[in-house]
Amino acid sequence: MPELLSYKLLFVTGKGGVGKTTVAAALALLASEQGRRTLVCEVEPKGDLARAYECGPTPFSGRHVSDDLVAMSMDTEASLREYLRVVARVPTIGHIGPVARAFDFVATAAPGIREILTVGKLCFEVREGHYDLVVVDASSTGSVVGQLAAPSGINELIRVGLVRSQTDWILEILGDPSRTGAVLVTTPEEMPVAEAVDLAGRLSKETPVHLACVVANRVLPELFGRSEERIFNELGRPATLGLLAGELGSSRELVEDVLAAARLAVTVRRDGVAHLERLRAEIAPEVPLLYVPYLFARAHGLRAIRQVSRALSEELST
Amino acid sequence: MSPAAGRERAAATAAQAAQDQTRHLEQLLSAKEIVVACGPGGVGKTTISASLAATASARLGGRVLVLTVDPARRLADALGVGGLGNVARRVPDEAFAEAGVRPKGELYAAMLDMSESWDGLVRRHAPDAGTAGQILANPLYRNITRRFAQGHDYIAMERLYELHEQGDYDLLVVDTPPSLNALDLLDAPGRMAEFFSSRLLRWLVVPYRSRLVNLASRPFYQVADRILGSQFLEDLAGFFILFQTMRDGFVARAEAVNRLLRDVRTTFVVVTTLEAVPAVEAEQLIESLRARHLHLGLLVCNRVLPGSFSDPPVGRIAELLGQRSGELAESLASLLPEDAASAGRPSAEMIGRVLNEVARSFANFRLVATREAELQGELSAAHEVTATVPYHPGHVTDLKGLLEVGARIWGDEAATTPPPARTSPRRRSNRRRPGTSTGDDAPEPPSRGASS
Repeated sequence: MPELLSYKLLFVTGKGGVGKTTVAAALALLASEQGRRTLVCEVEPKGDLARAYECGPTPFSGRHVSDDLVAMSMDTEASLREYLRVVARVPTIGHIGPVARAFDFVATAAPGIREILTVGKLCFEVREGHYDLVVVDASSTGSVVGQLAAPSGINELIRVGLVRSQTDWILEILGDPSRTGAVLVTTPEEMPVAEAVDLAGRLSKETPVHLACVVANRVLPELFGRSEERIFNELGRPATLGLLAGELGSSRELVEDVLAAARLAVTVRRDGVAHLERLRAEIAPEVPLLYVPYLFARAHGLRAIRQVSRALSEELST
Repeated sequence: MSPAAGRERAAATAAQAAQDQTRHLEQLLSAKEIVVACGPGGVGKTTISASLAATASARLGGRVLVLTVDPARRLADALGVGGLGNVARRVPDEAFAEAGVRPKGELYAAMLDMSESWDGLVRRHAPDAGTAGQILANPLYRNITRRFAQGHDYIAMERLYELHEQGDYDLLVVDTPPSLNALDLLDAPGRMAEFFSSRLLRWLVVPYRSRLVNLASRPFYQVADRILGSQFLEDLAGFFILFQTMRDGFVARAEAVNRLLRDVRTTFVVVTTLEAVPAVEAEQLIESLRARHLHLGLLVCNRVLPGSFSDPPVGRIAELLGQRSGELAESLASLLPEDAASAGRPSAEMIGRVLNEVARSFANFRLVATREAELQGELSAAHEVTATVPYHPGHVTDLKGLLEVGARIWGDEAATTPPPARTSPRRRSNRRRPGTSTGDDAPEPPSRGASS
């Protein structure tokens, strides 16, 4: 399996809310800091990337976050226009505005059109070698399979025409495990892990893209070793509680409240470990599992992206 | 003021707030027939919807149905009804008995089955059984219904309408599907109607030969033919010609669904966690509900850390514990029992390490709790009544758990653990500046600007 950042095209996906954008933005930042010309693209143009990098809007045409890092948002209509101009060489497209709208409509109705415009644009950037790495903040679990399966699906539905002739090279890039991979993001919780396991299966069954790695985001650090945890449990007894309260000049309740924070951390961490064990057991052993620690500050924006990027960098170098 | 007196006062305020919250919720759920739970993905909407429905059936009585999309099917297990489908199942009284509750009413649960619901729509709206059969057999049909943008949202709203029409239930609680944008849900019926009246759909279904004559659609077809191939367009057109036969039914239905969402009997519950991204989405959702004159009945902040984490006196004790961990460990060393595994009393050094970790852990959670308090302040300033459900490690796995969550939404336990920020229910029309008392802010029956 190639090293993660030496891929050409990475689709970052996972259940909504697990931190897909954060991981995609951090991976792209890391790659660019290592001197790779990197494009990062959000497929659902909600402005998440702009918020992550604190860089202002990221249009289809791209915005430089730094010298080696460009961020963009997908826009299927713009993608179509670019496609018609560059590939299909339809020269009059500028004069017939309704065509784009018409296409938007067909794309709504016809299976795979919107998806192929999205995936096609990303593969196009890879094929043309404009960037060393394209990182995709892909759709969540629900629709990413449809997106990545669209090129093969279209081959069955559309027998002729330009779209058909384009799917072959797109499929070649998507299915090449040395160039293209999926990064599955999850958190150490029941539902996200269940969805990650499910998605890993569907990716391999229904799409040509192979799984490059799984990122477990928001992993709580281990608080106590075994004998330390025994000591901690003793602290909650009336005698010890009384002693602490006396020494600190406070009530038992306040000391209890302080202990509760650590107890919560221990419980949550233990639950999380069980879910991560299940994750490890159910994804193929050769797929690496990277851990990103919980950011207690719940900082968002560039500062959080940098922290996650550092964590990923450490994980990738071990 | 001593910390103890401050705590008592806070507890008294919280108790008042809890009473107000209970009253508001009971009035809301008695007055409304439909509760739509919406919010960002991954915040626990399914659990909150089920908790609301279970608690309403137990406390208020009547027939209550929760319509869910629960993809993990965990809810079915939690409710003890086995598999869930489009057909509602009654949650057995034994399940309530196990939870130690004698419900006043009856609780039902159903799951949204997308393809079954679409098929049902086609059968209802197609002019005859033959056309329905042709549509259902068309290979494009499955693809299109599965991928039709916002199709799932539409189906959820459509099922809600159907269930309401049948009139079998006193209260319907619907859990909405996770979508790209929570707002899509509100636009889904309108978009469905728009789809059928679109000029482009008409272009697609005109007979092939007249297309190239029609000036308006000619450029479209020239480009489309070149890119997609005319055979595919023919297939597509064939399908839409069939689909068109359902137009009137679909449009009328979509409009009815839209009216129902705006009806005085419908209320929206926004569910969110107090993390930056979901909170921003929730705020946009609240604004958008308001802009559309939809009734926002309740904001539920889920998985909120206990208020003590942002309580200054507790924070001071945590700091002291860390600073004085060395000497405290010395005193504790003689008090702690021997450890069977290591055959000896734990060393003061090790105890000191544990105390330091406890202090550090508290500091970590305090940061999170402070952020949460800030976000909750912003969110609840924006609108009416806020319920806070505390962070709960693990998952709700049975009816008892759902009823416990419901109790928090009702405000039962708020008196003992005040939420981190502004605990009083507040309403938009009666908003006060921070710092003024809100204790007399008794909720009135829910009302809306424009009722139908």
